[in-house]
Amino acid sequence: MARYIGKEMSRVDGVAKVTGRAKYAAEFRAPNLAYGFIVLGTMAKGRIREIDTREAERAPGVVRVFTHLNAPKLGPKASTEYAPPRNTREQDKSFRALQSDRIYFNMQPVALVVAETYEQARYAARLVRVSYDTERHTTDTEAVRGSARAPSQGSPPKPRGNPEAAMKAAPVRVEAEYRIPVEHHNSMEPHAAVAAWEGDKLTIFDKTQDVYGVRAHLATSFGVPEENVQVVSPYVGGAFGASLRPNYYPALTAMAARELKRPIKVVYTRTQMFTGHGYRPYTIQKIALGAEASGKLTAMIHQAVHNTSAFEEFNDNTTGFTRQVYACPNLLAPTMIVATDLPTPTWMRAPGAVSGMFALECAMDELAYALKIDPLELRLINYAETDPESGRPWSSKALRECYRLGAEKFGWKDRKFEPRSMRDGRLLVGWGTATGVWGAFQRPAIARITLRPDGTAHVTSATSDIGPGTYTVMTMIAAEYLGLEIERVKFELGDTKFPRAPAQGGSQTTSSVGSAVHGAALAVGAKLLTLANQDASSPLKGATASDVEMLDGRLRLKSDPSKSVSVAGVMRLNNLSEVTETFESRPSPERQKYATMAHGAQFVEVKVDPDIGHVRVTRAIEVTACGKIINPKASHSQEIGGVVWGIGMALQEATEIDHRYGRIMNPNLQHYHVPVNADVHEVETLFVEEDDKVVNPLGVKGMGELGMVGIPAAIANAVFHATGKRVRELPITPDKLL
Amino acid sequence: MSDEFDESSGPELTADEEALLKEMPTLTDVGQARRTFMGQTIAGGMGLFALMLLEKERALAALCTEPGAVFAAAPAVENPVRVALKINGATRTLELDSRMVLLDALRERLELTGTKKGCDQGQCGACTVLVDGRRVLSCLTLAATVEGKEVTTVEGLAKEDELHPVQAAFIKYDGFQCGYCTPGQICSAVGVLAEARRGDVSHVTEDVNASTTRLTDDEIRERMSGNICRCGAYPGIVAAIREVHSGRESARTWRFVEGEELARVRKEWEADETV
Repeated sequence: MARYIGKEMSRVDGVAKVTGRAKYAAEFRAPNLAYGFIVLGTMAKGRIREIDTREAERAPGVVRVFTHLNAPKLGPKASTEYAPPRNTREQDKSFRALQSDRIYFNMQPVALVVAETYEQARYAARLVRVSYDTERHTTDTEAVRGSARAPSQGSPPKPRGNPEAAMKAAPVRVEAEYRIPVEHHNSMEPHAAVAAWEGDKLTIFDKTQDVYGVRAHLATSFGVPEENVQVVSPYVGGAFGASLRPNYYPALTAMAARELKRPIKVVYTRTQMFTGHGYRPYTIQKIALGAEASGKLTAMIHQAVHNTSAFEEFNDNTTGFTRQVYACPNLLAPTMIVATDLPTPTWMRAPGAVSGMFALECAMDELAYALKIDPLELRLINYAETDPESGRPWSSKALRECYRLGAEKFGWKDRKFEPRSMRDGRLLVGWGTATGVWGAFQRPAIARITLRPDGTAHVTSATSDIGPGTYTVMTMIAAEYLGLEIERVKFELGDTKFPRAPAQGGSQTTSSVGSAVHGAALAVGAKLLTLANQDASSPLKGATASDVEMLDGRLRLKSDPSKSVSVAGVMRLNNLSEVTETFESRPSPERQKYATMAHGAQFVEVKVDPDIGHVRVTRAIEVTACGKIINPKASHSQEIGGVVWGIGMALQEATEIDHRYGRIMNPNLQHYHVPVNADVHEVETLFVEEDDKVVNPLGVKGMGELGMVGIPAAIANAVFHATGKRVRELPITPDKLL
Repeated sequence: MSDEFDESSGPELTADEEALLKEMPTLTDVGQARRTFMGQTIAGGMGLFALMLLEKERALAALCTEPGAVFAAAPAVENPVRVALKINGATRTLELDSRMVLLDALRERLELTGTKKGCDQGQCGACTVLVDGRRVLSCLTLAATVEGKEVTTVEGLAKEDELHPVQAAFIKYDGFQCGYCTPGQICSAVGVLAEARRGDVSHVTEDVNASTTRLTDDEIRERMSGNICRCGAYPGIVAAIREVHSGRESARTWRFVEGEELARVRKEWEADETV
């Protein structure tokens, strides 16, 4: 019955992207544009003693060199900031550039050189001389883990049951420590802004997942009303969490533009990205599982410690999902943080979840081997029929179906239990599995629809499309509920002139903004019905808004489509050139009665070269129970992306820090390895749809993070199965297997 | 002079853009075998998205110079070299800073922002363009060195309203998400197809004496590994190149689990007492 929802749809912005016409932040032109180049500091903690900009200022083309000595002070920070995925409010203590002589981390910006051309700015940036008074720094989380403390925001989660006693009494126990290094998002598009002032009005083209967040940040920074700031971000070249918060460069760029009274462009270099937007924190996890001989879990103790900065708290909530995955009466799962002299970490794809589930799902594999129970069977034995944390029923949960179908598709029954028991010629073969979980979040969002008598519609909401296909899915939803051909619907996003939407993060865009678009379309229908029924002869007399639907230019009774009116006719009769409705969707209170989560089962095959320790992920199957799938084509791409990110995290990615200098050693794509084409092989997705009326009107749950969550653990488990080596420290590089 | 690029003109529509805006491309006959895209709908298009962005830029272009705006005393172009660049068939003569790389010349001087800067160090491939038909990293190529050569960027691949087969295949197989690496991937793919025709060998080529190279999946993966896609759209990229090269359509790698299959699975575990 649905025309578009659930059908595969190529991206509506596809042509713009494959022809190079999609414009990203740095690509907007402005007259009299000057170029800013950021100068980074070279030590980790202390103060700038002296900064000599004379030579740089004399260099050809240089307009000005900004440092903490001449940069104007920015206004008070926005008092609060919404932070997906936890939806908590936190004080904004984020780093701002050139506001004092204080050095908080190595590669901190210490100057901005502005010149007429990029070449001139980049050259002159090398002529800025800085001397420092250094203080002792700490960048090694291992060295300070003893001083870890509970995050100050929110109350620490209470233990469930009596975990210590239950652990002692457990007939079978496993206990181990797992480590995840600092990792960086490394989106392909470097962060960039082009800022232009007209009097006290600012227009800024920015790479952001949250135009309204950047607007609030800049308005308070410059002491101007929010409506004076327009943030434009129609295309974002990947972000993965690195553009959820306003980073330091938009205010820096706007500051220079205001001082010099001309438009300025600042683009991070790849190296500058490593201290310019946060990262996945260094995480140490100690996990103990206790079980009966039958495999039934009796105790779980999962303790995580990760780093934050010295000036700001970040809580990745590493152990959050541990509380909801398996039925277990006794549990302790705190996440602690510890300060280091590094920039503040931030959310990075599947934040907390992928880190916590790496430890939990590897530990479950270890427990399976301790018990001599098939790892998949162990997960089924401990299946949580209701939410173990709240005791509430699930709004929907088809995880058991995922396990079963994935096993069938993968051929799991042919898996030999013993490690090193399967081969392909000289290669060792390993099969691993893990569970994926993510929340089914929803936040308030507003969408506006203008329907015209010619049967075209304009739909807007200030969300973002960092790659999941938001342009396409919102166009599909609007077309579906307005009953229009999809070509006649135009959806726009990424601009503060459109109605407010939450940041695109936490896999909540389709549930939040999609619900708003859906609601706005229904509101248009309701408005038309009211107008139509002002006519005494209306065939829809007596019908309520829920009785009617729109299709191909007609508003008709659902129960009797022969009773209908022409939409254009109704508008004409009422002398309307358009009907515009704005709708705000909010999470329904009904959600409070349930636990709402997305689930998945993930299966991978690895082949390991026993001589050189090289691991290839030759097969991956994602089985996903994620509510309703709106566009399976784009959703599958999200799942593929999750697998690729899981491969990177499991086998390649690490930001290496030389703790003697507190400095990142590999801030580039040559030495920070991300998966390339040759690293990725078969990836398949099975969608097990759930009919969920609780989560939101569209019945959708989050997809973007889910596909990644179990993959690193599944790969690590497959590597153990192939080699007999349990590597608990990511990434699993060849040296660890030899 | 028609072949001179007037930099003071601001973001006016070029004739090419005007044409593109008028016609939304129809994607019904692309690919070597001229097959249609089965079950696919492509909505929107170049016109819609180009228009809405140009409108924003136009507003900015109307900005007057503010009183008190600060400019450098020195000339805007240092170490100037005069270079005639032939890009997408049109010759454009520019006075360039001799340090300017081709990538920045395209993006900052010629309004050809389709070519992307991802790392500026030759490590990511986003800046890939074709110079005399071969793949080149424009971030590592000084602009002055391509005088007299034919440069093709992503903007030069479509013929009026007809996409290049590689472009169409990328859409068909969803070989991108955020789209930022995409122009580089597509130029790289076009270069790879030419390498295969010439019989250029790679690290994984089995028969190095063959006069042409068959692009197996391993060949495609190997040759495309200089183009990083952080969204991870690699399987779609491989499928797209595979189809343009061989005409072979790739099966979907996803499906919905439908009612009967679900019912069977549910019945099985109900019968199974262990769970």
